[in-house]
Amino acid sequence: MGDYTVLQAGDTALVVEFGASVDQRLSARVLALARRLDEACLDGLVETVPTFRSLMVHYDPLVLPLAALVACVERAMRSLPIAEDVGRQWRLPACYDPRVAPDLDHVALRTGLSPAQVIERHSSVPYHVYMLGFLPGQPYLGDLPAELALARRETPRARIPAGSLAIAGTMTCIFPLETPCGWHLVGRSPIALWQRGTVGGALLAPGDKVSFEPVSLREYERLAAKAHEGTLRIEPEGIATEAAA
Amino acid sequence: MRPALRILAPGLLTTAQDLGRVGYQRLGIPVGGALDPVSLRAANALVGNAPGAGALEVAYMGPTFAIEADDARLSFVGAAAAIDVLADAAATSGQRIDVMRSIRLRRGQVVRIGSLTDGAVLYIAVEGGFDIPPVLGSVSTYIRGGFGGWQGRALVAGDEIPLCRASASNHEDRRLEGLDLAPPKRFRAIAGPQDNYFSEREIAAFFGSEYTIGGSDRMGMRLSGRQLDHARGYNIISDGIAPGSIQVPGNGQPIVLLADRQTTGGYPKIATVVSADLPALGRLRVGAKIGFEPVTHEAALDLRRKYLAEIDCIENRIVPIRRDEQDVTAMLLAHNLISGVVDANARARPDFLSPNQSEACPWRRTGAA
Repeated sequence: MGDYTVLQAGDTALVVEFGASVDQRLSARVLALARRLDEACLDGLVETVPTFRSLMVHYDPLVLPLAALVACVERAMRSLPIAEDVGRQWRLPACYDPRVAPDLDHVALRTGLSPAQVIERHSSVPYHVYMLGFLPGQPYLGDLPAELALARRETPRARIPAGSLAIAGTMTCIFPLETPCGWHLVGRSPIALWQRGTVGGALLAPGDKVSFEPVSLREYERLAAKAHEGTLRIEPEGIATEAAA
Repeated sequence: MRPALRILAPGLLTTAQDLGRVGYQRLGIPVGGALDPVSLRAANALVGNAPGAGALEVAYMGPTFAIEADDARLSFVGAAAAIDVLADAAATSGQRIDVMRSIRLRRGQVVRIGSLTDGAVLYIAVEGGFDIPPVLGSVSTYIRGGFGGWQGRALVAGDEIPLCRASASNHEDRRLEGLDLAPPKRFRAIAGPQDNYFSEREIAAFFGSEYTIGGSDRMGMRLSGRQLDHARGYNIISDGIAPGSIQVPGNGQPIVLLADRQTTGGYPKIATVVSADLPALGRLRVGAKIGFEPVTHEAALDLRRKYLAEIDCIENRIVPIRRDEQDVTAMLLAHNLISGVVDANARARPDFLSPNQSEACPWRRTGAA
């Protein structure tokens, strides 16, 4: 089932690396392997952490020896399916009004598009959730249409508000909490991606597909108020199927 | 009135911590937990708690707090510190006590902890535990995420941290004998996962150099010393981060990642400190000098076995504080303090460590290594 590399990250973690690029086909294999290992319920396997092109496996080497874990990975790789359901499909409201999108004009200028075209491009494609990281529940969504790809800001902002919708490189992201940030802010989403301290507090999971539904500032404010009250319910639209090879 | 510790002054960074929040890194949630889990376990053992019960982690500069319970048994384990027991908040002088022991304190008494001197962290456990609800299975404070521990933040003056027990048991107080908290001369590390981002010469230079801890927080410590050159740039596609990962950002100065490390990161990691050496790493102060020694996976496993054996025998290192020592304590307390004295004549009750008592706080977990 193709090449992969096992790297040691100390005595209690290893990395199964599938390649050297950000690629949805590699991501699908990462997620499929994570699922296989999680389902195997191995004694001594602590947790798996999927990232763009590799899977980190945290384990207790005195319960699950390294060689045994590597053998489990090999076995799982042999039967890794070519295609499987890898996530849910979401359509999330996003407000691109300049009052909540301070970098929209700048992005338009840098890309040679009009602000309306930036919005149209950004909201026209479904994104793949490669991984959650940096902040609780924070999704790395890709791939951004090539014409929107920009390097990060030279000077990061010290604070951006929770819900900021941002782009950098080939990724877009909703930041679930207030945070310092070097990405370009192109909008705001009212959806709480992270419910503090609840089990399953993260709305999205790696492998999900997300697209954005542009909403007016007024609608954004209405939804944000509901989210603040805890009465905004958002459900996935269905199950995505992704070719894994 | 609800039994509590009332915080009069918070110290530099005092947080509730246990052995961490395992199993949620795929959601972007760091494991967290005590920087020095050995001291946390020992503090809990001194007061008869489960090893992974939540305790207060004190960093660099200690808090001052008052006992708001009939009485309470506290323990202090970690860096040396000046710990004074005062009769009340108005008292200016009191009795100086050592770390590495438990002590029974009465309502209104005040504990004042000064600067830590030979390490970065000190743990305060209370018999029966703190009555703090766990979040995702842990009472560890995750400040950046704003949840866990006491209201998701470090303690501030005026906080009243509730206790599970309204009064202490009649067990005698105890101390730890021979628990070695000294850091190793060089921290053992396994090369990788991205050692291929560095030439052999740079890897040898890393393991051959001495570094000074230039800055430190619960996420990690910045080292300064020999600048490491990258052979293949300093950006990788973000991948997972293991405890003790040593990442090398663009300036070539390594960063060792600690308890509150981010779950993923985009700098190459030249090496990873072995699990057995992580608690000692968490004890190091800014300004300390450290080096790293390359070891194999097999050597790391031997170190881990020894480390787990050491943890297992913490209980054996606990001895009752001798009657004469206790009498001195009682005498001093009677002399210095308005309210009550330590009950020096109380004998250990057979039920001290019984399962019933350890159920006082049902959330307390028996932590894994």
